[in-house]
Amino acid sequence: MASLVIAEHDNKSLKDATAKTVTAAAQVSAPVHVLVAGSDCGAVADAASKLAGVEKVLVADDPLYAKMVAEPMEALILSLAPNYDAILAPATTNGKNYLPRVAARLDVPQVSEVIKVASPDTFERPIYAGNAIATVQTPAGKKVITVRTTAFKAAESTGDASIEKVAAAADPGASHFVGEELSRSERPELASAKIVISGGRGLGSAENFHILEKIADQLHAALGASRAAVDAGYVPNDYQVGQTGKVVAPELYIAVGISGAIQHLAGMKDSKTIVAINKDEDAPIFQIADYGLVADLFQAIPEIEAELTRLGY
Amino acid sequence: MKVLVPVKRVIDFNVKVRVKADGSGVDLANVKMSMNPFDEIAVEEAIRLREKGKASEIIAVSVGPQQASETIRTALAMGADRGIHVKAEGEIEPLAVAKILKAICEAEQPGLVILGKQAIDDDSNQTGQMLAALLGWPQGTFAHRLELGDGKANVEREVDGGLQTVEVKLPAIITTDLRLNEPRYASLPNIMKAKKKPIDQKTPADYGVDVTPRLKVLKVSDPAKRTAGVKLKTAAELVGKLKEIGAI
Repeated sequence: MASLVIAEHDNKSLKDATAKTVTAAAQVSAPVHVLVAGSDCGAVADAASKLAGVEKVLVADDPLYAKMVAEPMEALILSLAPNYDAILAPATTNGKNYLPRVAARLDVPQVSEVIKVASPDTFERPIYAGNAIATVQTPAGKKVITVRTTAFKAAESTGDASIEKVAAAADPGASHFVGEELSRSERPELASAKIVISGGRGLGSAENFHILEKIADQLHAALGASRAAVDAGYVPNDYQVGQTGKVVAPELYIAVGISGAIQHLAGMKDSKTIVAINKDEDAPIFQIADYGLVADLFQAIPEIEAELTRLGY
Repeated sequence: MKVLVPVKRVIDFNVKVRVKADGSGVDLANVKMSMNPFDEIAVEEAIRLREKGKASEIIAVSVGPQQASETIRTALAMGADRGIHVKAEGEIEPLAVAKILKAICEAEQPGLVILGKQAIDDDSNQTGQMLAALLGWPQGTFAHRLELGDGKANVEREVDGGLQTVEVKLPAIITTDLRLNEPRYASLPNIMKAKKKPIDQKTPADYGVDVTPRLKVLKVSDPAKRTAGVKLKTAAELVGKLKEIGAI
Protein backbone atom coordinates (compact mmCIF):
# COMPACT_ATOMS: atom_id res chain seq x y z
CA MET A 1 0.00 0.00 0.00
CA ALA A 2 1.13 3.56 0.47
CA SER A 3 1.34 6.38 2.94
CA LEU A 4 -0.55 9.64 2.83
CA VAL A 5 1.06 12.86 4.06
CA ILE A 6 -1.23 15.78 4.84
CA ALA A 7 0.47 18.95 3.57
CA GLU A 8 1.04 21.99 5.78
CA HIS A 9 0.64 25.22 3.83
CA ASP A 10 -1.03 28.64 3.79
CA ASN A 11 -2.71 28.18 0.37
CA LYS A 12 0.19 30.06 -1.26
CA SER A 13 3.32 28.23 -0.24
CA LEU A 14 4.13 24.73 0.92
CA LYS A 15 5.70 24.65 4.38
CA ASP A 16 9.00 22.96 5.00
CA ALA A 17 7.21 20.79 7.60
CA THR A 18 5.60 18.89 4.71
CA ALA A 19 8.95 18.01 3.08
CA LYS A 20 10.18 16.69 6.43
CA THR A 21 7.06 14.64 6.99
CA VAL A 22 7.52 13.12 3.53
CA THR A 23 10.96 11.90 4.64
CA ALA A 24 9.41 10.19 7.68
CA ALA A 25 6.57 8.75 5.59
CA ALA A 26 8.96 7.17 3.08
CA GLN A 27 10.47 5.21 5.99
CA VAL A 28 7.05 3.95 7.12
CA SER A 29 5.38 2.94 3.85
CA ALA A 30 6.29 3.79 0.27
CA PRO A 31 5.13 5.12 -2.14
CA VAL A 32 4.19 8.46 -0.58
CA HIS A 33 1.17 10.46 -1.64
CA VAL A 34 0.59 14.02 -0.44
CA LEU A 35 -2.83 15.51 0.21
CA VAL A 36 -3.04 19.25 -0.33
CA ALA A 37 -6.31 20.41 1.21
CA GLY A 38 -6.83 24.12 0.75
CA SER A 39 -8.44 26.85 -1.26
CA ASP A 40 -6.86 28.22 -4.44
CA CYS A 41 -3.87 26.14 -3.53
CA GLY A 42 -2.54 25.19 -6.99
CA ALA A 43 0.92 26.60 -6.29
CA VAL A 44 1.12 24.46 -3.16
CA ALA A 45 0.23 21.33 -5.13
CA ASP A 46 2.92 22.18 -7.71
CA ALA A 47 5.51 22.54 -4.96
CA ALA A 48 4.42 19.26 -3.35
CA SER A 49 4.72 17.45 -6.70
CA LYS A 50 8.42 18.32 -6.80
CA LEU A 51 9.25 16.66 -3.48
CA ALA A 52 11.55 13.68 -3.95
CA GLY A 53 9.88 10.39 -3.06
CA VAL A 54 6.34 11.62 -3.70
CA GLU A 55 4.47 9.54 -6.29
CA LYS A 56 1.20 11.44 -6.41
CA VAL A 57 -0.29 14.67 -5.11
CA LEU A 58 -3.99 14.77 -4.31
CA VAL A 59 -5.58 18.20 -4.33
CA ALA A 60 -8.84 19.02 -2.59
CA ASP A 61 -9.32 22.63 -3.62
CA ASP A 62 -12.36 23.99 -1.84
CA PRO A 63 -13.08 27.01 0.40
CA LEU A 64 -14.03 24.47 3.08
CA TYR A 65 -10.34 23.68 3.58
CA ALA A 66 -8.92 27.20 3.41
CA LYS A 67 -8.11 27.24 7.12
CA MET A 68 -7.85 23.50 7.74
CA VAL A 69 -10.70 23.49 10.25
CA ALA A 70 -10.60 20.13 12.02
CA GLU A 71 -14.06 18.72 11.30
CA PRO A 72 -14.02 19.05 7.48
CA MET A 73 -10.37 17.89 7.44
CA GLU A 74 -11.40 14.75 9.34
CA ALA A 75 -14.15 13.99 6.82
CA LEU A 76 -11.82 14.52 3.84
CA ILE A 77 -8.97 12.39 5.20
CA LEU A 78 -11.39 9.61 6.18
CA SER A 79 -12.75 9.57 2.62
CA LEU A 80 -9.22 8.79 1.37
CA ALA A 81 -8.06 6.57 4.25
CA PRO A 82 -9.07 3.19 2.75
CA ASN A 83 -6.28 3.50 0.15
CA TYR A 84 -3.48 3.91 2.68
CA ASP A 85 -1.82 1.92 5.42
CA ALA A 86 -0.23 4.96 7.03
CA ILE A 87 -1.45 8.54 7.42
CA LEU A 88 1.03 11.16 8.58
CA ALA A 89 0.86 14.86 9.36
CA PRO A 90 3.45 17.26 10.71
CA ALA A 91 2.97 17.97 14.44
CA THR A 92 1.99 21.57 13.75
CA THR A 93 -1.02 23.08 15.50
CA ASN A 94 -3.03 22.05 12.41
CA GLY A 95 -1.82 18.45 12.39
CA LYS A 96 -2.34 18.10 16.13
CA ASN A 97 -5.84 19.48 15.72
CA TYR A 98 -7.28 17.25 12.97
CA LEU A 99 -5.28 14.02 13.00
CA PRO A 100 -6.41 12.52 16.36
CA ARG A 101 -9.98 12.78 15.04
CA VAL A 102 -8.98 10.60 12.11
CA ALA A 103 -7.28 8.04 14.38
CA ALA A 104 -10.33 7.84 16.64
CA ARG A 105 -12.68 7.25 13.71
CA LEU A 106 -10.37 4.56 12.34
CA ASP A 107 -10.24 3.06 15.86
CA VAL A 108 -6.44 3.04 15.95
CA PRO A 109 -4.04 4.66 18.42
CA GLN A 110 -2.15 7.72 17.18
CA VAL A 111 1.59 7.95 17.65
CA SER A 112 2.31 11.61 18.40
CA GLU A 113 5.45 13.65 17.65
CA VAL A 114 7.57 10.86 16.22
CA ILE A 115 11.29 11.72 16.19
CA LYS A 116 12.60 8.50 14.64
CA VAL A 117 11.24 5.69 12.50
CA ALA A 118 13.14 2.67 13.87
CA SER A 119 11.24 0.28 11.58
CA PRO A 120 7.94 0.59 9.69
CA ASP A 121 5.99 -0.25 12.86
CA THR A 122 8.36 1.00 15.57
CA PHE A 123 8.80 4.64 16.49
CA GLU A 124 10.62 6.83 18.97
CA ARG A 125 8.79 9.71 20.56
CA PRO A 126 9.59 12.11 23.41
CA ILE A 127 7.56 11.92 26.63
CA TYR A 128 7.75 14.02 29.81
CA ALA A 129 8.70 17.14 27.86
CA GLY A 130 11.57 15.34 26.17
CA ASN A 131 13.08 14.13 29.43
CA ALA A 132 12.55 10.54 28.29
CA ILE A 133 12.23 8.84 24.92
CA ALA A 134 9.70 6.04 24.44
CA THR A 135 10.10 3.41 21.74
CA VAL A 136 6.64 2.17 20.77
CA GLN A 137 5.38 -0.49 18.41
CA THR A 138 2.06 -0.09 16.63
CA PRO A 139 -0.40 -2.98 16.25
CA ALA A 140 -1.39 -4.39 12.86
CA GLY A 141 -3.69 -2.07 10.96
CA LYS A 142 -3.50 1.50 9.82
CA LYS A 143 -0.91 3.77 11.34
CA VAL A 144 -1.73 7.34 12.22
CA ILE A 145 1.30 9.44 13.05
CA THR A 146 2.26 13.05 13.72
CA VAL A 147 5.88 13.91 13.01
CA ARG A 148 8.13 16.25 14.95
CA THR A 149 9.57 17.85 11.88
CA THR A 150 12.77 19.16 13.48
CA ALA A 151 13.88 15.52 13.74
CA PHE A 152 13.77 14.81 9.97
CA LYS A 153 15.59 16.21 6.95
CA ALA A 154 13.43 17.81 4.31
CA ALA A 155 12.86 15.80 1.12
CA GLU A 156 14.56 17.59 -1.75
CA SER A 157 12.69 19.28 -4.56
CA THR A 158 13.93 16.96 -7.29
CA GLY A 159 10.76 14.94 -7.91
CA ASP A 160 8.05 15.08 -10.52
CA ALA A 161 4.83 13.59 -9.16
CA SER A 162 1.47 13.57 -10.87
CA ILE A 163 -1.27 15.84 -9.55
CA GLU A 164 -4.81 14.56 -9.21
CA LYS A 165 -7.93 16.38 -8.07
CA VAL A 166 -10.04 14.80 -5.35
CA ALA A 167 -13.58 15.73 -4.40
CA ALA A 168 -14.31 17.64 -1.22
CA ALA A 169 -16.09 15.62 1.45
CA ALA A 170 -19.46 16.76 2.83
CA ASP A 171 -19.17 19.61 5.35
CA PRO A 172 -20.04 18.29 8.83
CA GLY A 173 -21.35 21.83 9.37
CA ALA A 174 -20.70 22.07 13.09
CA SER A 175 -17.84 24.57 12.98
CA HIS A 176 -16.38 27.35 10.91
CA PHE A 177 -13.46 29.72 10.75
CA VAL A 178 -14.18 33.22 12.06
CA GLY A 179 -10.89 35.09 11.92
CA GLU A 180 -7.22 35.13 12.75
CA GLU A 181 -4.53 37.41 14.07
CA LEU A 182 -1.18 36.30 12.77
CA SER A 183 2.06 37.97 13.75
CA ARG A 184 3.56 39.74 10.78
CA SER A 185 7.30 39.76 10.56
CA GLU A 186 9.94 40.22 7.92
CA ARG A 187 12.09 37.72 9.77
CA PRO A 188 12.14 33.99 9.06
CA GLU A 189 9.61 31.75 10.79
CA LEU A 190 10.69 30.50 14.16
CA ALA A 191 10.03 26.85 13.35
CA SER A 192 12.13 26.78 10.17
CA ALA A 193 14.82 29.45 10.70
CA LYS A 194 18.47 28.42 10.44
CA ILE A 195 19.41 30.78 13.28
CA VAL A 196 17.22 31.58 16.28
CA ILE A 197 17.93 34.25 18.90
CA SER A 198 15.79 33.94 22.02
CA GLY A 199 15.47 36.30 24.93
CA GLY A 200 14.48 35.50 28.48
CA ARG A 201 13.54 37.23 31.67
CA GLY A 202 17.06 38.69 31.75
CA LEU A 203 15.96 41.24 29.14
CA GLY A 204 13.87 42.86 31.86
CA SER A 205 11.18 44.55 29.74
CA ALA A 206 9.38 44.63 26.42
CA GLU A 207 11.41 47.70 25.40
CA ASN A 208 14.70 46.00 26.16
CA PHE A 209 13.70 43.07 23.97
CA HIS A 210 14.29 45.29 20.95
CA ILE A 211 18.06 45.15 21.47
CA LEU A 212 17.97 41.63 19.99
CA GLU A 213 16.40 42.82 16.74
CA LYS A 214 19.51 44.32 15.17
CA ILE A 215 21.54 41.14 15.57
CA ALA A 216 18.57 39.09 14.38
CA ASP A 217 18.51 41.23 11.22
CA GLN A 218 22.28 40.96 10.74
CA LEU A 219 22.14 37.16 10.98
CA HIS A 220 18.73 36.70 9.25
CA ALA A 221 17.61 35.00 12.42
CA ALA A 222 14.16 34.41 13.86
CA LEU A 223 13.37 35.85 17.29
CA GLY A 224 12.15 33.60 20.08
CA ALA A 225 11.60 33.84 23.80
CA SER A 226 11.42 31.77 26.95
CA ARG A 227 8.11 31.17 28.66
CA ALA A 228 9.23 33.49 31.47
CA ALA A 229 9.64 36.34 28.97
CA VAL A 230 6.25 35.59 27.40
CA ASP A 231 4.51 35.35 30.77
CA ALA A 232 6.12 38.66 31.79
CA GLY A 233 4.51 40.20 28.70
CA TYR A 234 7.73 41.14 26.86
CA VAL A 235 6.62 39.44 23.63
CA PRO A 236 3.53 37.62 22.31
CA ASN A 237 3.02 33.93 22.95
CA ASP A 238 3.90 32.82 19.43
CA TYR A 239 7.53 33.72 20.23
CA GLN A 240 7.65 31.02 22.87
CA VAL A 241 10.24 28.27 22.51
CA GLY A 242 9.75 25.34 24.85
CA GLN A 243 7.65 22.36 25.71
CA THR A 244 4.50 24.47 25.83
CA GLY A 245 5.54 26.63 22.89
CA LYS A 246 7.43 25.76 19.74
CA VAL A 247 10.07 23.09 19.43
CA VAL A 248 12.96 24.32 17.29
CA ALA A 249 16.22 22.76 16.14
CA PRO A 250 18.08 25.40 14.13
CA GLU A 251 21.75 25.29 13.07
CA LEU A 252 22.47 27.97 15.67
CA TYR A 253 20.49 28.85 18.78
CA ILE A 254 21.51 31.89 20.80
CA ALA A 255 19.92 32.09 24.26
CA VAL A 256 20.16 35.57 25.75
CA GLY A 257 19.28 36.14 29.40
CA ILE A 258 17.67 32.70 29.61
CA SER A 259 18.48 30.62 32.68
CA GLY A 260 17.52 27.32 31.07
CA ALA A 261 14.40 25.92 32.76
CA ILE A 262 13.65 22.30 31.74
CA GLN A 263 10.55 23.57 29.95
CA HIS A 264 12.69 25.80 27.72
CA LEU A 265 15.45 23.25 27.11
CA ALA A 266 12.83 20.79 25.88
CA GLY A 267 12.12 23.18 23.04
CA MET A 268 15.65 23.84 21.79
CA LYS A 269 18.13 21.24 22.99
CA ASP A 270 18.29 19.52 19.61
CA SER A 271 19.75 22.64 18.00
CA LYS A 272 23.08 21.99 16.29
CA THR A 273 25.08 24.70 18.05
CA ILE A 274 23.88 26.40 21.22
CA VAL A 275 25.23 29.71 22.51
CA ALA A 276 24.28 31.04 25.94
CA ILE A 277 24.78 34.60 27.12
CA ASN A 278 23.96 35.07 30.79
CA LYS A 279 25.49 36.96 33.67
CA ASP A 280 24.89 34.09 36.10
CA GLU A 281 27.69 31.61 35.47
CA ASP A 282 25.74 28.89 37.31
CA ALA A 283 22.71 29.19 35.01
CA PRO A 284 21.67 25.68 33.85
CA ILE A 285 21.71 26.82 30.22
CA PHE A 286 25.53 26.70 30.31
CA GLN A 287 25.40 22.94 30.96
CA ILE A 288 24.08 22.33 27.46
CA ALA A 289 25.62 25.28 25.61
CA ASP A 290 28.50 24.69 23.18
CA TYR A 291 29.66 28.26 23.70
CA GLY A 292 28.99 30.30 26.79
CA LEU A 293 29.56 33.95 27.47
CA VAL A 294 29.25 34.97 31.11
CA ALA A 295 28.43 38.62 30.70
CA ASP A 296 25.86 41.32 31.22
CA LEU A 297 23.75 41.03 28.09
CA PHE A 298 23.28 44.79 27.91
CA GLN A 299 27.03 45.07 27.31
CA ALA A 300 27.51 41.86 25.33
CA ILE A 301 24.73 42.38 22.79
CA PRO A 302 25.93 45.80 21.56
CA GLU A 303 29.47 44.39 21.40
CA ILE A 304 28.34 41.44 19.29
CA GLU A 305 26.37 43.78 17.09
CA ALA A 306 29.44 46.02 16.60
CA GLU A 307 31.66 43.01 15.85
CA LEU A 308 29.17 41.68 13.28
CA THR A 309 29.00 45.13 11.68
CA ARG A 310 32.80 45.28 11.57
CA LEU A 311 32.85 41.89 9.81
CA GLY A 312 30.36 43.11 7.25
CA TYR A 313 27.14 41.42 8.43
CA MET B 1 -25.87 23.34 31.00
CA LYS B 2 -23.64 20.68 32.48
CA VAL B 3 -19.90 20.90 31.95
CA LEU B 4 -17.76 17.79 32.08
CA VAL B 5 -14.10 18.22 33.02
CA PRO B 6 -11.78 15.22 32.70
CA VAL B 7 -8.70 15.44 34.93
CA LYS B 8 -5.54 13.33 34.98
CA ARG B 9 -3.14 12.51 37.80
CA VAL B 10 0.44 12.99 36.59
CA ILE B 11 3.93 13.52 37.99
CA ASP B 12 4.08 17.05 39.38
CA PHE B 13 5.49 19.44 36.77
CA ASN B 14 8.30 20.48 39.15
CA VAL B 15 9.64 16.95 39.56
CA LYS B 16 12.63 15.90 37.48
CA VAL B 17 11.65 12.57 35.99
CA ARG B 18 14.00 9.60 36.18
CA VAL B 19 14.04 6.82 33.65
CA LYS B 20 14.16 3.37 35.29
CA ALA B 21 17.44 1.54 34.82
CA ASP B 22 15.71 -1.44 33.18
CA GLY B 23 14.18 0.83 30.53
CA SER B 24 10.64 -0.22 31.45
CA GLY B 25 9.41 3.29 32.11
CA VAL B 26 9.73 6.29 34.36
CA ASP B 27 10.12 5.90 38.12
CA LEU B 28 6.82 6.80 39.78
CA ALA B 29 7.65 5.47 43.26
CA ASN B 30 7.61 8.14 45.99
CA VAL B 31 7.27 10.92 43.46
CA LYS B 32 4.94 13.86 44.03
CA MET B 33 1.84 13.57 41.85
CA SER B 34 -0.55 16.41 40.96
CA MET B 35 -3.35 17.30 38.62
CA ASN B 36 -2.13 17.82 35.05
CA PRO B 37 -1.60 21.63 34.81
CA PHE B 38 -3.68 21.99 31.62
CA ASP B 39 -6.55 20.19 33.41
CA GLU B 40 -6.41 22.72 36.27
CA ILE B 41 -6.99 25.39 33.64
CA ALA B 42 -9.95 23.35 32.36
CA VAL B 43 -11.47 23.12 35.86
CA GLU B 44 -10.96 26.86 36.38
CA GLU B 45 -12.65 27.69 33.07
CA ALA B 46 -15.66 25.55 33.98
CA ILE B 47 -15.96 27.25 37.37
CA ARG B 48 -15.84 30.69 35.73
CA LEU B 49 -18.65 29.63 33.38
CA ARG B 50 -20.74 28.63 36.38
CA GLU B 51 -19.93 31.91 38.12
CA LYS B 52 -21.18 33.74 35.02
CA GLY B 53 -24.38 31.72 35.15
CA LYS B 54 -23.57 29.82 31.96
CA ALA B 55 -22.98 26.42 33.56
CA SER B 56 -25.26 24.71 36.03
CA GLU B 57 -23.19 21.78 37.18
CA ILE B 58 -19.53 20.77 36.86
CA ILE B 59 -18.63 17.10 36.83
CA ALA B 60 -14.97 16.12 37.26
CA VAL B 61 -14.01 12.77 35.77
CA SER B 62 -10.77 10.85 36.14
CA VAL B 63 -9.73 7.54 34.63
CA GLY B 64 -6.91 6.10 36.70
CA PRO B 65 -5.78 4.22 39.80
CA GLN B 66 -7.22 4.50 43.32
CA GLN B 67 -5.23 7.70 43.98
CA ALA B 68 -6.88 9.44 41.00
CA SER B 69 -9.75 10.07 43.42
CA GLU B 70 -7.43 12.60 45.12
CA THR B 71 -7.16 14.43 41.80
CA ILE B 72 -10.95 14.50 41.60
CA ARG B 73 -11.04 15.86 45.18
CA THR B 74 -8.72 18.66 44.08
CA ALA B 75 -11.17 19.57 41.31
CA LEU B 76 -14.04 19.42 43.81
CA ALA B 77 -12.12 21.67 46.20
CA MET B 78 -11.58 24.17 43.39
CA GLY B 79 -15.34 24.20 42.83
CA ALA B 80 -16.53 21.23 40.76
CA ASP B 81 -19.84 19.80 42.04
CA ARG B 82 -19.37 16.06 41.83
CA GLY B 83 -16.99 13.45 40.55
CA ILE B 84 -16.85 10.23 38.57
CA HIS B 85 -13.86 8.00 39.15
CA VAL B 86 -13.32 5.28 36.56
CA LYS B 87 -10.85 3.02 38.26
CA ALA B 88 -8.20 1.55 35.97
CA GLU B 89 -4.59 0.54 36.58
CA GLY B 90 -1.57 1.04 34.33
CA GLU B 91 -1.17 3.04 31.16
CA ILE B 92 -4.57 3.98 29.71
CA GLU B 93 -4.21 5.25 26.15
CA PRO B 94 -5.99 8.40 24.93
CA LEU B 95 -8.33 6.41 22.65
CA ALA B 96 -9.51 4.25 25.59
CA VAL B 97 -10.03 7.34 27.76
CA ALA B 98 -11.96 8.98 24.90
CA LYS B 99 -14.24 5.91 24.62
CA ILE B 100 -14.99 5.99 28.35
CA LEU B 101 -15.67 9.74 28.20
CA LYS B 102 -17.95 9.23 25.23
CA ALA B 103 -20.08 6.81 27.25
CA ILE B 104 -20.16 9.27 30.16
CA CYS B 105 -21.21 12.09 27.80
CA GLU B 106 -24.04 9.97 26.48
CA ALA B 107 -25.26 9.39 30.04
CA GLU B 108 -24.71 12.92 31.38
CA GLN B 109 -25.49 14.98 28.25
CA PRO B 110 -23.11 17.89 28.98
CA GLY B 111 -23.18 21.00 26.78
CA LEU B 112 -19.40 21.32 26.96
CA VAL B 113 -16.48 19.09 27.78
CA ILE B 114 -13.36 21.05 28.73
CA LEU B 115 -10.06 19.13 28.76
CA GLY B 116 -6.40 20.01 29.04
CA LYS B 117 -4.78 20.09 25.58
CA GLN B 118 -2.28 17.45 26.65
CA ALA B 119 -1.08 15.59 29.71
CA ILE B 120 2.47 16.41 30.69
CA ASP B 121 3.40 12.74 31.13
CA ASP B 122 2.74 11.13 27.74
CA ASP B 123 2.46 14.46 25.84
CA SER B 124 0.00 12.85 23.42
CA ASN B 125 -2.36 15.77 22.79
CA GLN B 126 -5.12 13.45 21.54
CA THR B 127 -7.91 12.76 24.05
CA GLY B 128 -10.07 15.84 23.42
CA GLN B 129 -9.90 15.55 19.65
CA MET B 130 -10.62 11.80 19.78
CA LEU B 131 -13.60 12.33 22.07
CA ALA B 132 -14.94 15.01 19.71
CA ALA B 133 -14.63 12.66 16.73
CA LEU B 134 -16.25 9.70 18.53
CA LEU B 135 -19.20 11.89 19.55
CA GLY B 136 -19.33 13.65 16.18
CA TRP B 137 -18.98 16.99 18.00
CA PRO B 138 -16.94 20.01 16.90
CA GLN B 139 -13.85 21.07 18.81
CA GLY B 140 -12.02 24.21 19.80
CA THR B 141 -8.54 23.05 20.74
CA PHE B 142 -5.65 24.98 22.35
CA ALA B 143 -8.14 27.57 23.62
CA HIS B 144 -6.81 30.99 24.53
CA ARG B 145 -10.26 32.52 25.05
CA LEU B 146 -13.72 31.02 25.22
CA GLU B 147 -16.94 32.94 24.67
CA LEU B 148 -20.28 31.21 24.95
CA GLY B 149 -23.17 32.37 22.81
CA ASP B 150 -26.62 30.97 22.16
CA GLY B 151 -26.14 27.33 21.22
CA LYS B 152 -22.59 28.05 20.07
CA ALA B 153 -19.17 29.09 21.27
CA ASN B 154 -16.41 31.24 19.85
CA VAL B 155 -13.01 29.81 20.62
CA GLU B 156 -9.85 31.84 20.13
CA ARG B 157 -7.08 29.29 19.60
CA GLU B 158 -3.31 29.44 19.91
CA VAL B 159 -1.93 28.35 16.54
CA ASP B 160 1.48 28.47 14.87
CA GLY B 161 2.03 32.11 14.01
CA GLY B 162 -0.67 33.65 16.17
CA LEU B 163 -4.33 33.26 17.10
CA GLN B 164 -7.26 31.80 15.20
CA THR B 165 -10.94 32.03 16.09
CA VAL B 166 -13.45 29.32 15.24
CA GLU B 167 -17.15 29.12 15.95
CA VAL B 168 -18.45 25.75 17.11
CA LYS B 169 -22.01 24.57 17.67
CA LEU B 170 -22.80 23.19 21.10
CA PRO B 171 -22.35 20.60 22.42
CA ALA B 172 -18.64 20.90 21.80
CA ILE B 173 -15.22 19.91 23.06
CA ILE B 174 -12.77 22.55 24.29
CA THR B 175 -9.11 21.88 25.07
CA THR B 176 -7.17 24.42 27.08
CA ASP B 177 -3.90 26.16 26.39
CA LEU B 178 -1.80 27.88 29.04
CA ARG B 179 -3.10 31.38 28.69
CA LEU B 180 -6.83 30.66 28.93
CA ASN B 181 -6.84 31.58 32.62
CA GLU B 182 -4.90 31.32 35.84
CA PRO B 183 -6.34 28.57 38.02
CA ARG B 184 -7.33 29.44 41.58
CA TYR B 185 -6.05 27.73 44.70
CA ALA B 186 -8.60 25.83 46.72
CA SER B 187 -9.40 27.56 50.01
CA LEU B 188 -9.36 25.59 53.24
CA PRO B 189 -13.16 25.79 53.73
CA ASN B 190 -13.62 24.57 50.16
CA ILE B 191 -11.19 21.70 50.72
CA MET B 192 -13.30 20.68 53.74
CA LYS B 193 -16.51 21.02 51.76
CA ALA B 194 -15.07 18.95 48.92
CA LYS B 195 -14.76 15.95 51.23
CA LYS B 196 -18.55 15.74 51.36
CA LYS B 197 -19.11 16.02 47.62
CA PRO B 198 -20.07 12.72 45.94
CA ILE B 199 -17.72 10.71 43.72
CA ASP B 200 -19.28 7.86 41.72
CA GLN B 201 -17.06 4.79 41.53
CA LYS B 202 -17.01 3.10 38.14
CA THR B 203 -14.88 0.74 36.07
CA PRO B 204 -14.15 0.70 32.32
CA ALA B 205 -16.29 -2.46 32.12
CA ASP B 206 -19.32 -0.42 33.31
CA TYR B 207 -18.97 1.47 30.04
CA GLY B 208 -18.08 -1.58 27.98
CA VAL B 209 -14.60 -0.26 27.15
CA ASP B 210 -11.51 -2.44 26.84
CA VAL B 211 -8.56 -0.39 28.12
CA THR B 212 -5.81 -2.84 27.15
CA PRO B 213 -3.04 -0.73 25.57
CA ARG B 214 -2.78 -1.07 21.78
CA LEU B 215 0.68 0.43 21.49
CA LYS B 216 3.48 -1.70 22.85
CA VAL B 217 6.11 0.28 24.72
CA LEU B 218 9.35 -1.54 23.90
CA LYS B 219 11.52 0.67 26.05
CA VAL B 220 11.88 4.04 27.68
CA SER B 221 15.33 5.61 27.63
CA ASP B 222 17.14 8.81 28.52
CA PRO B 223 17.38 11.39 25.76
CA ALA B 224 20.76 12.01 24.15
CA LYS B 225 22.79 14.12 26.56
CA ARG B 226 24.43 17.38 25.61
CA THR B 227 27.55 18.35 27.45
CA ALA B 228 28.76 21.77 28.44
CA GLY B 229 31.13 23.29 25.91
CA VAL B 230 33.57 26.11 26.39
CA LYS B 231 33.15 29.47 28.06
CA LEU B 232 34.45 32.38 26.04
CA LYS B 233 35.73 35.65 27.44
CA THR B 234 34.52 38.34 25.07
CA ALA B 235 31.77 39.04 22.57
CA ALA B 236 34.39 39.35 19.81
CA GLU B 237 35.79 35.94 20.67
CA LEU B 238 32.27 34.48 20.47
CA VAL B 239 31.59 36.00 17.06
CA GLY B 240 35.01 34.78 15.83
CA LYS B 241 34.29 31.25 17.03
CA LEU B 242 30.85 31.13 15.36
CA LYS B 243 32.41 32.34 12.12
CA GLU B 244 35.20 29.78 12.42
CA ILE B 245 32.75 26.83 12.72
CA GLY B 246 30.59 28.22 9.92
CA ALA B 247 27.55 28.79 12.14
CA ILE B 248 27.17 32.37 10.91
